[in-house]
Amino acid sequence: MRIDDLINHTSEWLKGSGPYSNIVISSRVRLARNLNSIPFPHRLNKKQGQEVIDAVRTAVEKVDFLKGSLFIDMQQLDALDKQFLIERHLMSYEHARPDNYRALVLEKSEIISIMINEEDHLRIQVMQSGFSLFEAWSIMNRIDDVLSEHLDFAFLSEWGYLTSCPTNTGTGLRGSVMLHLPALVMSRQINRVLSAIAKLSFTTRGLYGEGTEASGNFFQVSNQVALGHKEEEIISNINALIKQVIEQEEQMRQHLFTHQRAILEDKIWRSFGILKSAFIISSQETIDLLSMLRLGVDLDIIKDIDRSTINRLFLITQPAHLQKIENKRLSSHERDVKRAEIIRKTLEKIS
Amino acid sequence: MLCDLCGKNEATVHLTEIIDNQVTELHLCEECARNKSIEMEQQFGLGDLLAGLAEFGKGIEETESSRLKCSKCGISYEDFKKIGKLGCSQCYITFKRYLSSLLKKIHGSNKHIGKTPLKVTAVADKDKKNILEDLRQKLQKAIEAEEFEEAARIRDQIRELEKVNRKNENR
Repeated sequence: MRIDDLINHTSEWLKGSGPYSNIVISSRVRLARNLNSIPFPHRLNKKQGQEVIDAVRTAVEKVDFLKGSLFIDMQQLDALDKQFLIERHLMSYEHARPDNYRALVLEKSEIISIMINEEDHLRIQVMQSGFSLFEAWSIMNRIDDVLSEHLDFAFLSEWGYLTSCPTNTGTGLRGSVMLHLPALVMSRQINRVLSAIAKLSFTTRGLYGEGTEASGNFFQVSNQVALGHKEEEIISNINALIKQVIEQEEQMRQHLFTHQRAILEDKIWRSFGILKSAFIISSQETIDLLSMLRLGVDLDIIKDIDRSTINRLFLITQPAHLQKIENKRLSSHERDVKRAEIIRKTLEKIS
Repeated sequence: MLCDLCGKNEATVHLTEIIDNQVTELHLCEECARNKSIEMEQQFGLGDLLAGLAEFGKGIEETESSRLKCSKCGISYEDFKKIGKLGCSQCYITFKRYLSSLLKKIHGSNKHIGKTPLKVTAVADKDKKNILEDLRQKLQKAIEAEEFEEAARIRDQIRELEKVNRKNENR
């Protein structure tokens, strides 16, 4: 498998299936792990950096889940490839920085990825479509067990797993859920929900995680506390919180559907209209309009189009994806034209 | 409105910066905003925030904490306060008394009750005994609560640890 092969492939987490996939785009868990006798990534020299990469590589080969994975040396990727992987949520912006000795393990179905030498020696990610945190954690738990037999993880019984930043010390676990909340945004209830989430020491971020602001109708909610709770407890706390958010969004969708049907349908059909007829469209406008289209599908107002088609449009209309499809550099204007073309062609068949 | 930085794309992000009481407004396109946010994160990142928290640590004498350096990687507690990242796992031992209260502030707890790696060659040898002790207690509790699946898992961990310990002792 090569990176370019991914372009014809829909990431597992974008399948649009799984529990509550009308509201929850994806569920993700990540673990931070470090090797005991080697400095944390921001203090590595070349030899130590390579040592980490080699040790992880050997250990990864022992994990059944990771058979046939792609092992990528970050130095060999150009900026476009890196952006492409970020757009697919397989790595962070931080990992694309040109310093240090970084690598990436990419499992075939894109459910699992491991960033090597990002903020910690290992950042393991398991990503699932829909609301499936427990399932993601159970896969993660098994991967971690196998890796811990072959790698000497930095650990103190008192404080748990030791991480480069003390905000992750303990379990090193973060669970996060990507939510689509158009009805709460439309009814201006979203700030109330977000501030309640913040009060319970969870954080909300934008589409691309750390350092990106929540914008439009997409929100990524995750835990902040990593120490003092069992892993299963952390997961079930987020789970309980997200369930309530889902409920609020569902109620609001029903409310809008019953009491403001015309306004709702107007927004949805106009979005559909623009997407079907535009010749130039920016990525932000695309996200906003596709969000409305998705809501239309969720409420069965728009038929004959499925969620996975919309999810795929979200994915492939991003800048690096467009350039990968065209196999050349595109200016911002050229991208806007190409993006509109792809959307038109996809929606053409639908009345 | 066009982006102030590249002048090409439509500005969709609007920033207000206040530097020395000077208010500057910045209108950016998505791409430039993303670059800008990485830049700002570097300027005012988690490091500052953590440093702020760490300052609250009572009874820490400035001179002592700046003199104290990790024997393994050489960073001082002052360095940590600046960048918000520790240098290596040994730092957790070196700065233990400062980190203990910091961890409590961040997480509301400074006691790990989550999982334990299958293979532990702990940071300090003394710690290995603690882990075993902990696991034995957990095992006892699991048996009392009739959580046999959990008990079996812990028993395996204990065996694994004892095996590692024996191996180390034979070396």
